[in-house]
Amino acid sequence: MLLIPCPWCGPRDEAEFHYGGQAHVPYPEDPAALTDEEWARYLFFRDNPKGPHPERWSHADGCRRWFNAVRDTSSNEILAVYRAGEPRPVIA
Amino acid sequence: MSPRTPGADLPEHPEWLWRSPEPKRSYDVVIVGGGGHGLATAHYLARNHGITDVAVLERGWLAGGNMARNTTIIRSNYLWDESSGIYEHALKLWEGLEEELDYPILFSQRGVLNLAHSLQDVRDSVRRVHANRLNGVDAHWLDPREVKDVCPIVNVCPDVRYPVMGATYQPRAGIAKHDHVAWGLARSADAAGIDLIQNCEVTGIDVQDGRVTGVRTSLGPISAGKVALCAAGHSSVLASMAGFDLPLQSHPLQALVSELLEPVHPTVVMSNAVHVYVSQAHKGELVMGAGIDAYNSYTQRGAFHIIEEQMSAALELFPVFARAHVLRTWGGIVDVSPDASPIVGLTPVDRLYLNCGWGTGGFKATPGVGWALAHTIAHDEPHHLNAPFTLDRFTTGALVDEHGAAAVAH
Amino acid sequence: MTPQAFRLPEGGRVSRDEPVGFVFDGVRYQGYRGDTLASALLANGVHMTGTSIKLGRPRGIFSAGVEEPNAVVQIEAPFPEPMLPATTVELFDGLVASGLPGQGRLSADPDPARYDAVHAHCDVLVVGAGPAGLAAAAAAARSGARVVLADDQPELGGSLLGTREVLDGCPAAEWAAEVGRALEAAPEVRVLRRTTVFGYYDDNHLVAVERRTNHLGPLAPAHLSRERVWRIRARRVVLATGAHERSLAFADNDRPAVMLAGSARAYVNRYGAVPGRRAVVFTTNDSAYAAALDLAAAGVEIAAVADTRPERGEWARRAEQAGIEVLTGHAVVGTEGERRIASVTVAPLDGGSPSGAPREVAADLLLVSGGWNPVVHLFSQAGGRLWYDAELGSFVPDSCRQAVDVAGSARGVFHLSGCLADGAAAGRRATEAEGFAVEEPLALPRAAEEPRSPALPVFVVPGPDGAGSATHFVDLQRDVTVADLARATGAGMSSVEHLKRYTTAGTANDQGKTSGVLTSGAIAHLLGVDVGALGTTTYRAPYAPVSFAALAGRDRGVLHDPVRVTALHDRHVALGALFENVGQWKRPWYYPREGEDMAAAVLRECRAAREGVALMDASTLGKIEVRGPDSGIFLDLLYTNMMSTLKVGMIRYGVMCRADGMVFDDGTVIRLAQDRFLMTTTTGNAAAVLDWMEEWLQTEWPHLRVHCTSVTEQWATVALVGPRSREVLGSLAPELAVDNDAFPFMAWRDTAVAGIGARVCRISFSGELAYEINVLPWDAPALWDALLGAGGRLGITPYGTETMHVLRAEKGYPIIGQDTDGTVTPQDLGMGWAVSKKKPDFIGKRSHSRPDTARPDRKHLVGLLPDDPAVLLPEGAHLIDSEVLPAPPVPMLGHVTSSYRSAALGRTFALALVRGGRDRIGERLYAPVGDHVVPVTVASPVLHDPEGTRRDG
Repeated sequence: MLLIPCPWCGPRDEAEFHYGGQAHVPYPEDPAALTDEEWARYLFFRDNPKGPHPERWSHADGCRRWFNAVRDTSSNEILAVYRAGEPRPVIA
Repeated sequence: MSPRTPGADLPEHPEWLWRSPEPKRSYDVVIVGGGGHGLATAHYLARNHGITDVAVLERGWLAGGNMARNTTIIRSNYLWDESSGIYEHALKLWEGLEEELDYPILFSQRGVLNLAHSLQDVRDSVRRVHANRLNGVDAHWLDPREVKDVCPIVNVCPDVRYPVMGATYQPRAGIAKHDHVAWGLARSADAAGIDLIQNCEVTGIDVQDGRVTGVRTSLGPISAGKVALCAAGHSSVLASMAGFDLPLQSHPLQALVSELLEPVHPTVVMSNAVHVYVSQAHKGELVMGAGIDAYNSYTQRGAFHIIEEQMSAALELFPVFARAHVLRTWGGIVDVSPDASPIVGLTPVDRLYLNCGWGTGGFKATPGVGWALAHTIAHDEPHHLNAPFTLDRFTTGALVDEHGAAAVAH
Repeated sequence: MTPQAFRLPEGGRVSRDEPVGFVFDGVRYQGYRGDTLASALLANGVHMTGTSIKLGRPRGIFSAGVEEPNAVVQIEAPFPEPMLPATTVELFDGLVASGLPGQGRLSADPDPARYDAVHAHCDVLVVGAGPAGLAAAAAAARSGARVVLADDQPELGGSLLGTREVLDGCPAAEWAAEVGRALEAAPEVRVLRRTTVFGYYDDNHLVAVERRTNHLGPLAPAHLSRERVWRIRARRVVLATGAHERSLAFADNDRPAVMLAGSARAYVNRYGAVPGRRAVVFTTNDSAYAAALDLAAAGVEIAAVADTRPERGEWARRAEQAGIEVLTGHAVVGTEGERRIASVTVAPLDGGSPSGAPREVAADLLLVSGGWNPVVHLFSQAGGRLWYDAELGSFVPDSCRQAVDVAGSARGVFHLSGCLADGAAAGRRATEAEGFAVEEPLALPRAAEEPRSPALPVFVVPGPDGAGSATHFVDLQRDVTVADLARATGAGMSSVEHLKRYTTAGTANDQGKTSGVLTSGAIAHLLGVDVGALGTTTYRAPYAPVSFAALAGRDRGVLHDPVRVTALHDRHVALGALFENVGQWKRPWYYPREGEDMAAAVLRECRAAREGVALMDASTLGKIEVRGPDSGIFLDLLYTNMMSTLKVGMIRYGVMCRADGMVFDDGTVIRLAQDRFLMTTTTGNAAAVLDWMEEWLQTEWPHLRVHCTSVTEQWATVALVGPRSREVLGSLAPELAVDNDAFPFMAWRDTAVAGIGARVCRISFSGELAYEINVLPWDAPALWDALLGAGGRLGITPYGTETMHVLRAEKGYPIIGQDTDGTVTPQDLGMGWAVSKKKPDFIGKRSHSRPDTARPDRKHLVGLLPDDPAVLLPEGAHLIDSEVLPAPPVPMLGHVTSSYRSAALGRTFALALVRGGRDRIGERLYAPVGDHVVPVTVASPVLHDPEGTRRDG
């Protein structure tokens, strides 16, 4: 049970959150202009690194806000959390 | 001296298993990943294609990843033709594998029940039974009374929160002993002259002019004519070494066992709706699994609430388990694809082959995918069994959507 | 035998004035309150508790705690429970237990006990209330920090309960009790007894199980939870989990009355029970001497101490002063005896191997100490690394990513004064790290400084040449011997994980607590490698077995998942409805009348809706209110069709897709105001749709000024359906102009119905003239009653989900999730009309032009008419184009998604997804059912009133 620091509510149990996969994958400006390959990349391809991973979480059973976190997938350690729309922090 | 407890021990492993050779500088084929799939591929490369200048590289101990961690359920009652094709081929191989490997793999065809808990579950289940039968897969629809006949300890009372409204039943399905399977495959491959190299982590994949030429490892570089990736949860990491991405996410999947108990559970029961699957293994321990943890992780650790939820689901179905004890829990890393079907075949890199995305279904496919991938490697083109499972399907939209077909509410 | 012949006349912590009767293996015995089952058996001279799992060898009580490998018992009464170590079962009156050869039994009767779980949050969690843990908790508590102290025993003190050690001149156990009292009085401290911390998860989340009523036996109050799971989130953790003694591998080291030395000491000191009359002691370290001296003081004759170390240390001299023969540089090389040992053979050691003449010593007890294994399980579960301390012959904690400290013998500090100081320091460090000021350091009691000399770790005492090692046990519970390990290494195995699996060492109920390090040591001995380099197998949760029921807690039965019912539920129950689970909701399925089966009831309900008037509770549909100036823009992106052009007062049907272009949900959207919409979702998808909307709004389109709120529970909805519905509504809503021009299809009006404020929508999911009347939930019963009253003379009929499904299917309206499966596009459903060509984009649009998704021969939703109008196709049946069933694999063209008997059509019909189905209308296909095929004709999915003439009444 991770302890996830919601940037709005503070640290809460993982069970209150909904995981949303990789962060910073914007919806394409003009999907119609994309090739099938490019659209497939948007639909189905997400980073899957072993290490720091910027990802989206929603505090589904709390404030219901989406935010971003950088979590190390090799240790589950949360290195940073930041609100949606804020730039990804530089992790030393 | 008292008599031995029935079923409380396993057949002995053989006197000899495999060598631990130093890697050569070069092989015709290098298989990355010494789990069940890698070992089965090696076995069938030798057996079906006479290809033995092969190394299987394992970063830890042989078959120590998901092969050592899964709940050993074997079935082929998948919905789509593509899936039932490869899983049914695997099941047929399972039926002869003990003889083929001359190894007691303890394949027990005790049947699998997939429970239905809602009217839509019933529709989906009947649909799957019909599809299975037309595909030559043994499948039956059982009403609650028949479910009780097959597995008397299942609670089929109509007044539980999500009553059992019936189940699909595949009598030929069952379980096997995972270590025995892996070791049988390993011994066979080793006996054919294939080098099984443990504690050898691949750190790079060499590609020249679009063609793979070898791998770099913690034991030094190894050149190879062909390379196959069979690394399950670490597939994304390896693919990125070869310069391409995969539509995979690696998640923790937990499982657990109880202490040894006198026989109480004669079959395998799975329930998607209340998220639990359970069998009683050969020594008498209850073996259980549940859903994956939600987030990506390579830690082989899950969260405790997943176990708690699994236990409440288990006791809904099996009140008799109340005072059994959880003896041990563990986690593996499953590589999940967008359509819950595997990716097996060619890659953007010439002579580099891929086998991944099996999610929670990898163990049961072991001989089938070994068979198909060995063919793919030997002929540099997919076997008809793995031909549908291309990387390209995510672009065309021709998915083999096993979870889409089973996970839509109404 | 005299009752309790092996009980000391005094001493120990049992209550001699509270005798307890119990039955073991069919024999009635007496013990005392404060005993464990094991100590009570020993007090009665019973060592042997069963036979071993594979070899059937007699086995007896080996330890005094949770690490017990041999004495695993089945509880028979008061309620059957399998596989509990007798060393952990607190004795109570009425206990019936029996020995087990390795497999337990489950009761077929339902477990009557309750279980629950609670959360706890603390600054410092201290695990273990031995000297180090007590000192840590006391030091932490002084700072005002929130402290939780958890210990698995009924009494605090840990190892101090089983020794005669002295602190500040008083028995150490008294100090422990006093510290315990002070901790319990401290406002921010929670002391948990009988509580085993069994799991250490990420972010210092630890889980424990408290055994609350087991020790009360049949007197346990039914209202108390039997076991309670504690989910503890701790800022810092101090692990003071102690150490387990281990044995050595020598010939016949498994017989009953071979016992860990420290455990024998605990039986004497804590339970006042002597495990034998004449003992031999075999040790590699100092600790067994204290056991020998304590047993001697209790009247046990110590025949000899065999010490593997060649030097005679201070402890050896003390033993000799007490008249005990000490054989330095000696080892035990064998034992004799059937149900318990009768003699022990010792021999001098030379270079690790026995040499010289063996000597047989008569004894009924053999105490062994091969050293101590720090209990590193939780530390290792936390992700901590271990290192091998060659001097201790043990794996000890190194570093860990989590905020955890290890104190006392759990990190290899094996003397009392050191444990106290170590614990106090760890407690202080933990609180300081959390910012709590500590004034003065905790004053620690003074312990005697005992002499110490280094251990000489030995794992295997080889037998004589050629004798083999087939009775040199490393894992007693799995019957694994050094010979088994040798066979595995001979097969080429070298990884400790492979060796474990080859031999099954460490996989039993005790999970190798006493055997794990011994197994590693024996393997290292065989392979000629360093134990540290070989390592151990992985420690995993739970530290000790935990019952399924405890983990399930209260989440069973109706509490397994919330049950949602509508405001009209009581009405449905009163009308005799049967219910269907739809998501968490209970929905009326159908309302059978006396003597009706489902088919008859549904035909009757359908007929009422088509010919007269009927009503249905539609309250479970999800309802989401969407507000804000950009609501129209947002809904245009969300739905495949255009919503922004909807006029206030009107309603539009809409479909939404996932980004992959597959249908996700459908429903209606009504425009309440320029900036305000109310949309409905399918019952099961309401939460998912709201999540979906919020995700897009927050993460992709935060610039859109839109807010979404679930109002599902704020409205109750009754669908009033049928050609005579207008009459009923009109009679109850005098202010509403109900004629078709004033209140057209797909319009809504606010009015009063039966005097109740209502929003009436002209929506039809049946093709008939129909209204959906929305009221506040508390007004719903009155509305329902009024409608039944007003429609009574017209035969108004309540109907359930099954009839709803038939009515909509007759019109070809799909049910998302029944006629779709996540692989179906709106175009596949024949709903191209609901997919906007004008909008530049909506979610899923781009996917519709992918090569496979744009294929003309995808599966389409069509109608099916069986040639025999009485034949009902099974839902889920597949379709083929051959009259003769070919051999598998049979090419399949699609499957039946919905299948019903239709009152309106006077026949059966079905909906199906069929490859290229819209181009097959009129074609004959076949549905294999059982061993025959059912011929069917493909038809339009709209089978009833295709012209739509009935909609307006």
